[in-house]
Amino acid sequence: MATMSKPDRTPKGGNDFLSMINRREVREVIYQIIIVVVLAAFFWMIVTNTINNLQKQNIASGFGFWDEIAGFDISQTLIDYTARSSYGRAFWVGLLNTVVVSAIGIVLATLVGFTMGMARLSSNWLIARIGTVYVEIARNVPLLLQLLVWYFAVLKPLPEVFRRDAAGNFVTVDGKRVSGSIEFFNGVLLNNRGLYMPRPEWKDGSLMMLWALLAGIAASILIAIWARRRQMATGQRFPVFLTSLALIVLLPIATFFLMGRPVTLEYPVLGRFNLGGGLVVQPEFMALLLGLVFYTGAYIAEIVRAGIQGVGKGQKEAARALGLSTGQMLRLVVIPQAMRIIIPPLTSQYLNLTKNSSLAVAIGYPDLVAVFAGTVLNQTGQAIEVIFITMLVYLTLSLTTSLFMNWFNARMALVER
Amino acid sequence: MQQRDRTTPAVQGVPVAGPATSSAPHVPSPALPPPRSEVGVMGWLKHNLFSSWQNALLTVFGIWIIYKVVPPAIDWTIFSAVWSGNDAGPCRVEGVGACWPFVQAKFAQFIYGRYPDAERWRVNLTFAIALSVLIPLIIPRFPGKRYIALFGLLVVPVVGSTLLSGGTLGLQHVPTELWGGLMVSLIVASVGIAGSFPVGIVLALGRRSRMPIARWASILFIEFVRAVPLITILFMSSVMLPLFLPDGVSFDKLLRALIAVMLFSGAYMAETIRGGLQAIPRGQFEAADALGLGYAQKMGLIVLPQALKLVIPGICNSFVGLAKDTSLVLIIGIFDLLGIIQLNLTDAKWFAPNVPMTGYVFAALIFWTICFGISRYSSWLERRLAAGEQR
Repeated sequence: MATMSKPDRTPKGGNDFLSMINRREVREVIYQIIIVVVLAAFFWMIVTNTINNLQKQNIASGFGFWDEIAGFDISQTLIDYTARSSYGRAFWVGLLNTVVVSAIGIVLATLVGFTMGMARLSSNWLIARIGTVYVEIARNVPLLLQLLVWYFAVLKPLPEVFRRDAAGNFVTVDGKRVSGSIEFFNGVLLNNRGLYMPRPEWKDGSLMMLWALLAGIAASILIAIWARRRQMATGQRFPVFLTSLALIVLLPIATFFLMGRPVTLEYPVLGRFNLGGGLVVQPEFMALLLGLVFYTGAYIAEIVRAGIQGVGKGQKEAARALGLSTGQMLRLVVIPQAMRIIIPPLTSQYLNLTKNSSLAVAIGYPDLVAVFAGTVLNQTGQAIEVIFITMLVYLTLSLTTSLFMNWFNARMALVER
Repeated sequence: MQQRDRTTPAVQGVPVAGPATSSAPHVPSPALPPPRSEVGVMGWLKHNLFSSWQNALLTVFGIWIIYKVVPPAIDWTIFSAVWSGNDAGPCRVEGVGACWPFVQAKFAQFIYGRYPDAERWRVNLTFAIALSVLIPLIIPRFPGKRYIALFGLLVVPVVGSTLLSGGTLGLQHVPTELWGGLMVSLIVASVGIAGSFPVGIVLALGRRSRMPIARWASILFIEFVRAVPLITILFMSSVMLPLFLPDGVSFDKLLRALIAVMLFSGAYMAETIRGGLQAIPRGQFEAADALGLGYAQKMGLIVLPQALKLVIPGICNSFVGLAKDTSLVLIIGIFDLLGIIQLNLTDAKWFAPNVPMTGYVFAALIFWTICFGISRYSSWLERRLAAGEQR
């Protein structure tokens, strides 16, 4: 770095102006003063212009609009929301929708990415080729285009709820309209209004299942700690993974039967005008999720591939020499080291996915940008406040994720003794 | 000595070198050919597809996927596709595939947007000039690259904008509202990447500066821009920028989007360039100091030329990212390639079930060719640079 200071050529006692401004420290102060002045002038100009423009357009600045009645509907709401709710409530609905699609997208993209990354490294030529073709297609086509394909070219042309004939009239049997949806299993239906699934109904006693699940998780953690201590002390191993899996899965199931099956499924039923009941996944949500997962999965696949290839060959050979099986080699030697390479870029992919979920606005999924920076901004005209809040949200999400991942990364980092 | 003695018998044991004895020299029998299952097509299949039963199962799974995807895709694009027609009539028939007449009829629009027919030669000329600058730049060892690059960064934008926009030199003025299609996509991407250079270099140097205020201003800008989605920055440029400007001053919508894209990619470019700066050994800085070079000379003559060369692959990747991100401008109402296709899908004359997919496949092919080409070029360059380092 250029931090070495030059020899001070100022003559002793010479305090004339030229030699003073030739000193590095002095010049740095002058430059910084210039930067501050220019930045201040720039912001002052923006602020005064904005105030003038707002006054001219009669827009009252401030966050007064937050509690006003929104007056528009949102197609997917996780919290209570009606057209009579406030703009502030609409903000929370949009934010929650962003968080939900990002969270599910991150989980699925990780699964897809790890699978495809392993596929590209497979010794099977065909599988490796399929992985390559997937990655090269998904990475080199814009995400927005992929979203439009999923929404307008795949999900929208799906059959309607009711079957129609060529002339466009409903097909009827005994005066009743016939279902047009694609049926996968009993109660899982796909049509152009979304994916319909049975909805679990939680009755009395189902809370016990939650407790059983929590108890299972707690017991697994305790067993893991105990097994680790025992292995440290005696060298004996304990099948922690299988035990935990059994505890976490079987305990709630056992409780389900013990409590007299408190959970029932509500199936979607074909009514007169629409499918009623059940759980509906909106096509907008599906398209956004499919696009994000398909696109980000390709990037994660490349990261995983680079991570696993980045583990030295000697490590694998040493694991072999110790007599570890392929599974043990991967689990105990390769993956822990690959994770160190994988995690930092993986974090930025998670952030990218979250940011990219804002493309929802193009296909009408009510995420934060579509609801807040779109509809609310258009209705209120409070451009500055709305954009400011939206950017602040993404800033917070980004910073929180990077803080968490830095912490995680520090935990995974190589501890050299 | 002893060790040498031990090796002597082995040397003597070699039949050719051995002393002539009464018995005939030992001639090894020729090696047997490898088993047929180990070489040729069979051997390849065995090693790469059926080395174990799990592998064989995976192969079958792979073949099933290909069978499910490839034949229907080929059928859709070629065999069941509609190839001629004046409207979507033939495409409305049940069971047909892609509706290529849609692309044929709208092709000029997809490329030029609503740019007037008679003036389209100006777009072609601009494109030709840009290519004539770009091609020498991507060929390694082409002489005088520095001057070509300077020409590309300083002269081409002026000539290009004069040609495209017109209004002077007897050229008819074409407002940017009429621009569209692939032309706008390419303009946004190339102006974005060219503009991101100065922004990125200033920010990268600022971030590594000794001066705390310059450093913190750069860090704040870079981290802020990288934390928010491009779409919010585009929204900001389209709804907030007009408020920031003094009364009576207004920017063109496309220009606003270009500024937004430039600042956005500048922040990413800064991080790429910073990576290059960090890879320059300390000795280079110290040597520049020792020669008595000032900051501008040190950076301009010693550090940046080396750092920028190192990050060329990274810059190519940024360009791929930007080329894909240009499609976002359709959200603020600029009709780039994707935007003009989306607009044409609402044309009632071309209303058929397969028309949207046809348009998207066309756009995807163009984007894919550009992005895949650049990323191949970038990885080729990366290998080339790495080979230089290994010597």
